[in-house]
Amino acid sequence: MRFTINGQSHEAEVDIRTSLLDLAREHLGLTGSKKGCDHGQCGACTMLVNGRRINSCLTLAVMHQDDDIVTIEGLGTPEALHPLQAAFVRHDGYQCGYCTPGQICSAVGMLDEVAKGWPSHASADLEAVTLDNAEISERMSGNICRCAAYPNIVDAIRDVAGATDEVAA
Amino acid sequence: MTEQAIDSGERPAILARAQQKVLGAPLPRVEGPLKVTGAATYAFEQAPAGTAYAAVVGAPAGAGRVTAIDDAAALALPGVVAVIHDDPRIPAGEGNSRAMPAQGTDRIFHHGQPVAVVVAETQAAAREGASLVRVHADPAPGRFDMETQPVRRDHKLGFLPAIEIGDVDAAIAAAPVVFDEHYATPVHFPAALEPHASTVWFDGEVLTVRSSNQVIGGARETIAKAMGLPAERVRVLAPYVGGGFGGKTGVGPEVILAAIAAERLGRPVKVALPRRDTAYLVHHRSATVQQVRIGCDHDGVITAFEHTGTAAQNDDGGFLEPIPFGSLPLYGGANRRFRTDLVRLDLPATGAVRAPGEAIGTFAVECAMDELAERLGIDPIELRRRNEPDRDPTNGKPFSTRRLTDCYDEGARRFGWPDRVPAPGSVRDGEWLVGIGMAAALRGNFTVEASASVRLGADGRATVACDMTDIGTGTYTILAQTVAEVLGLDPAQVDVRLGDTDLPRSAGSGGSFGAGSAASAAVLACEDIVVELARRMNASPDELVLADGRASADGRDATLVELLRGEAIEAMGKSSPGAQAKKTSQASHGAHFAEVAVNAVTGEVRVRRMLGVFDVGRVLNRATAANQIVGGMVWGVSYALGEAAVVDTRSGRFVNPDFGEYHVAVNADVPQIECHFIEEIDDAANQAGAKGVGELGISGAGAAVVNAIYNATGIRVRDVPVTLDTLLDGLPPV
Repeated sequence: MRFTINGQSHEAEVDIRTSLLDLAREHLGLTGSKKGCDHGQCGACTMLVNGRRINSCLTLAVMHQDDDIVTIEGLGTPEALHPLQAAFVRHDGYQCGYCTPGQICSAVGMLDEVAKGWPSHASADLEAVTLDNAEISERMSGNICRCAAYPNIVDAIRDVAGATDEVAA
Repeated sequence: MTEQAIDSGERPAILARAQQKVLGAPLPRVEGPLKVTGAATYAFEQAPAGTAYAAVVGAPAGAGRVTAIDDAAALALPGVVAVIHDDPRIPAGEGNSRAMPAQGTDRIFHHGQPVAVVVAETQAAAREGASLVRVHADPAPGRFDMETQPVRRDHKLGFLPAIEIGDVDAAIAAAPVVFDEHYATPVHFPAALEPHASTVWFDGEVLTVRSSNQVIGGARETIAKAMGLPAERVRVLAPYVGGGFGGKTGVGPEVILAAIAAERLGRPVKVALPRRDTAYLVHHRSATVQQVRIGCDHDGVITAFEHTGTAAQNDDGGFLEPIPFGSLPLYGGANRRFRTDLVRLDLPATGAVRAPGEAIGTFAVECAMDELAERLGIDPIELRRRNEPDRDPTNGKPFSTRRLTDCYDEGARRFGWPDRVPAPGSVRDGEWLVGIGMAAALRGNFTVEASASVRLGADGRATVACDMTDIGTGTYTILAQTVAEVLGLDPAQVDVRLGDTDLPRSAGSGGSFGAGSAASAAVLACEDIVVELARRMNASPDELVLADGRASADGRDATLVELLRGEAIEAMGKSSPGAQAKKTSQASHGAHFAEVAVNAVTGEVRVRRMLGVFDVGRVLNRATAANQIVGGMVWGVSYALGEAAVVDTRSGRFVNPDFGEYHVAVNADVPQIECHFIEEIDDAANQAGAKGVGELGISGAGAAVVNAIYNATGIRVRDVPVTLDTLLDGLPPV
């Protein structure tokens, strides 16, 4: 099978049952995406597929041979951080770091959803979405952080997105 | 080598005189760029070439005996390399420094107990192979229901013996006001996001285990014991650990199974527990039933204080949740009773989960104090203040440092705690009922032996090394800050090496003792370096000033590089418990404040505001310490509103062993929680002056939320979590 991940093409001979997550972690050496539950319940495996965030543990690699896949390794490097990666460092938006790649990939996808005007459960106005703390929290709730650095994660994302600062009920 | 027991309670001079002013600063984590880019590698992620995958096979019954294991179908599966079930070292459960599990037994202590391991070329083949192993069992009736099993008072389990001071019953009988209520908490999973994982290989003669583990020095000894090897032939590595919360303090059976497989096959083996298996192969916090009895006068001054409870353990386990541990020094009262009773169950082992004792014990006591305050018509903070002891009311020792009432005052001021708490159910915001609640936080402080080495290289860069783990606790960063502080360096000039048992033995991460003990050992190691630098300056160590990579004394000045003359200085430090731990009562303290809104129609609870003020001794890094405390507070919210593992009392299985149904708090469940510190360096706690941080935040946090729910609705829930069904009947008519 042939894949395009982080702009690079990869070939792998894998069991047809292999998830996109296991393809990356166990066959391509891209271990930045994490496996927390393998059930689509925790979000640690979040990748961007054609710009949209997905749980890579819940999809088979074989389905994504024509897709543009971005993992945490494709967003930035320790020497050249993506703005969200830098914000997570600045705001201490993590503790153990295991959920962090998924949080950051999810945040990238989430901000794109907001830019497109997609409302969420927390949106007061379905036509005009503004990004406040409640919106960020709601939209990031598919990514569990058991260390519970949630307030700092919200701060980091708000910093990058330039969101309004109001605290909603 | 500077070896020092914590006897004098005096601050090390080099720390007292330090000029660099970086210790305590909210510096970003030094390993942050690796974590945010996915470059930090965890236990399953750096396997040697040719590593095989292992999958654990569990017992199909909750009690009884294994009679036969049929591995034919598994062995016939393409990709399966071996099925191992005949090794006498196969452990029935987790091992740790205090207790080893039964090994090579056919006795079933709980459902899912490991009985075999399948090794295969791929993960999929290993898991499918495990599903094809037929385990035949002779099941026995299991004891799965805590409510129906006998309660044993005369047991030897746990570190906290029963305590009886004065005559509680007589004092209660004589008290003008008597409070007596029961509380219950369910089974809690530690549920670290990184599932327990290990990669195991032989590096020559040395069994090398890269593992998700909090305390690798202990793990090394446990693995050696279980495998029948001398400790020198075991090396454990844990540079990054994806959360622990107590669940990774011991050595899980999967580690030993993988080691047996690696030994037998002569190739590296790695294993990661599927999420649902973590419920069975990792210990959990016992469910508890607790009773709080308080006798007091009409002004709320306590004369009798009793906190007792019951917790469970299986027949192979030696731990017992020390339910009243946090209550011992919390409130006054001459007559006192504390005790944890035991119920034996055939469930996976119970063990230490974040703040064993306090996490659930303070829930009961802090709800009780709230209830008592209301009954007496006294503000809940005032009731606590009236019972604030001036020395430990249980052991009579003076407190090392205790700023609890300051935490109340500062928290009340920041939160805007009113002079008079509104009557329950009286504040409404549209369809939401709004309430406030508070609670005290307390977590006992432990001192544990720890060593560290520090090397000041000829280039003026320092390296500090020990076998500590950084499980999200900030160890890398606070050790860089500590060494930078006393050697007068920019923290960026300090390299930190952790997570390798080849390095000096630390306390490991557990019981909130890691940071203080490791930082103390680093300070002591630096003392030797400072003495040597002073000698080279022809100065007394007492007059040497180190800052910004320069040393000065007596009007003279030199760079460290000049003083080093091309040669590194290396030193070891060791901090160990001493007289202070015996002479003083030590704990971290705090106060939580919460505002909740409860939907009057649906019963949905939203935590609108939450803040806490904490006394943790010296704060080593204000950002990482606050983050950890807030994380603990979120756990409190999570315990109050969601977390509960449900046991199927017919089978001994868990009904909800994954994140789909075991509900941990997510981002939308919590507001922008605030943490503030009242910093008083505690020189009796350790040389660094730092008390425990990691577990304090959870202590009392759930009670603050439950008390706020009561204030919002007038509904007192004493059996957490507070789910919708516990509130619906008591809500006002729609």
